[in-house]
Amino acid sequence: MRARWAWTLTVIVLVGIMFSYTQDEIKTTSVLSFSLRYAVPLIIAAMVGLICERSGVINIGIEGQLLISAFAGFFGAALTGSLILGTLFGIGTGLIMGALFAVGAVSWKMDQIIAGTIINIIATGLTSFFYVQGQVLPGNTPIVAIPFLKDLPLVGPVLFNNGLFTYAAILIVVILQIMLFFTIWGLRTRAVGEKPSAAETSGINVQRTRFVNVTFAGGLAGVAGAYLSLEAAGTFERGFTAGRGFTALAIMIFGAWNPVGAFAAALFFGLTQGVASQLQADQVVEIPPQFINMLPYVMTIVLLALVAGRVRPPAAVGKPYEKD
Amino acid sequence: MSMQDPAQTDLGFSDPNPQLGARYGRIQALAIPVVSVLLALAVGGILIYFQGVNPLTAYKVLFEAALGDEDGLLRVMQKSTPLILTGLAVVVGLRVGLFNIGVQGQLTAAAIGTAWAGYHFDLPMVIHIPFALGFGMLCGAAWASIAGVLRAYRNVSEVITTIMLNSIAISLADYLASRPFKEPGQPISRTPLIGDTAVLPTLGVVPVGFIIALIVSLFLGWFLIRTTEGFRFNTVGLNPSAARYAGISVKRTIVLAMAISGALAGMGGAVETMGIVGRFEPAFNAGLGFDGITIALLARANPIATIPAAILVGVLRTGAASLQFETGIEPEVVDVILALTLLFVAAPIVSRYIFRVNAERKHKSKLGVGA
Repeated sequence: MRARWAWTLTVIVLVGIMFSYTQDEIKTTSVLSFSLRYAVPLIIAAMVGLICERSGVINIGIEGQLLISAFAGFFGAALTGSLILGTLFGIGTGLIMGALFAVGAVSWKMDQIIAGTIINIIATGLTSFFYVQGQVLPGNTPIVAIPFLKDLPLVGPVLFNNGLFTYAAILIVVILQIMLFFTIWGLRTRAVGEKPSAAETSGINVQRTRFVNVTFAGGLAGVAGAYLSLEAAGTFERGFTAGRGFTALAIMIFGAWNPVGAFAAALFFGLTQGVASQLQADQVVEIPPQFINMLPYVMTIVLLALVAGRVRPPAAVGKPYEKD
Repeated sequence: MSMQDPAQTDLGFSDPNPQLGARYGRIQALAIPVVSVLLALAVGGILIYFQGVNPLTAYKVLFEAALGDEDGLLRVMQKSTPLILTGLAVVVGLRVGLFNIGVQGQLTAAAIGTAWAGYHFDLPMVIHIPFALGFGMLCGAAWASIAGVLRAYRNVSEVITTIMLNSIAISLADYLASRPFKEPGQPISRTPLIGDTAVLPTLGVVPVGFIIALIVSLFLGWFLIRTTEGFRFNTVGLNPSAARYAGISVKRTIVLAMAISGALAGMGGAVETMGIVGRFEPAFNAGLGFDGITIALLARANPIATIPAAILVGVLRTGAASLQFETGIEPEVVDVILALTLLFVAAPIVSRYIFRVNAERKHKSKLGVGA
């Protein structure tokens, strides 16, 4: 039922893109590039939520993890003068925040929603307190064009002429899809998220699996955060993640807790934003800017309301594991 | 997470007497938040020290500015008023097992609604004040009900929808204040001032809004613990399956609780607009809703305990402004202190220590050592 619905939508979108491409090549390419850039942090952040929930942990602290790693990435790069070091700072900070969340939500068995909220509040507080104005990045992140592939019509300039983070995002999705469904780690992770007591009986250490996965997911949040400040924005402002961590959770749900599904959902999200911005720029329709800003949030709610009940979350999600 | 059965959500705050008596004594229940606040202030002091300021001097400045004179006390009361109400909004949600992170959006929806009701109408004071206040509460309740209905009937997580509704409310209010409700002839986006008949007065030195907030806290304490509806709330929060089995409509209770929660948040926005700001101006009430989460958890979802928790946050927020003025410390240090307080209260660090000390004492007295 749901698969047919998703395929229909995909076909409609692809036909629409093709049609648009025949009408105006340049504009279509630029809208699609915008959409992908918009989707990249959402894709990676959705993978963070996905790894956590597949292990049975709701992570609503993604927003805070993104914010503080974007902060660390930006100021790390600005102070050391190296984008690579900045990226590493971002990822490292993400890992620390992931571990901190894991201590609360897994080891201490706190309510996972409250533990995530604490991560968000701490991130807002620390990044506001230590924020200083007037820092600049040592340079822009490089654009890497992939030979031959970049010359393909439409997909070439959109997919194969990007920054490294964009390729990383696509790679993460593919790797995670394979790892989750074709490796021992994936089997264990899904077992822990679906039926932890059975997993424990078969010799899997539930608490350790959850702790490691949640911490590792924090590192991925670090990648997404570093992308936001180093590649997408080139700067850092207080609270500038603007709810992306929560949108990512919605995207994970549209994708039915499946990496490739979430990837497609994030692209669809980016596309609506790209089309709306283009319509506004062309003055086809007069939309106040506030309504453009609202669009991703309204879409999140509408799509959640539509999809709800058609997809099923991991059975043990949200419940701290207690040994019988 | 959105599709889980409401039956599976238990935030652990729905107990009418949360963790009092049974596992902790009354003193411990009070000691946990107090020790947590002191610990957070200590860690905040370390941050202040590394900024090159003596923490004791900084805290002296902070608390003197807030509590040192009549002017400071008035500002603390003004600051605490919306905080009590947003704290209560989160408390009501927690009681039924809902986490309303959307208090900020509900408060914003109410603030713009109240401003409109305040400037657009010309009514006698006795009608205008309750009308504007009530209209604001209605806006807040309506905004929260979107999330409540989606949760009850479509099983969509209120955590995500309320966060999204926050951003939508802020954009929408921004639009309204910049186009249809804009004060004519002004370069900045804001509504006209509300009429004098809609301004909340001050009784002597005490703002009327503060008194309203105190009364609402007491009323809510009575409502949650002494009425049938309050019993339903607590039952749904504790065990939705049992509630359903007992014939309580879980869906109806969720929608009602969310609407009440939104109305309380809305009252916070209305009181802030009618008592302090006097109009709607974007970002003038930023943060009030998020402080409500901290306050509700600090008060362990108890409506009466919300009062001191909100006043504490009000004192810190009031003093923070002077802190920056006199010592150069960023007022955001308060955000760090509040986050740490929340961490110490919610995480079992402090409670486990106090609990263990208590258990050891009991153990000793059993052995006849400490008795």
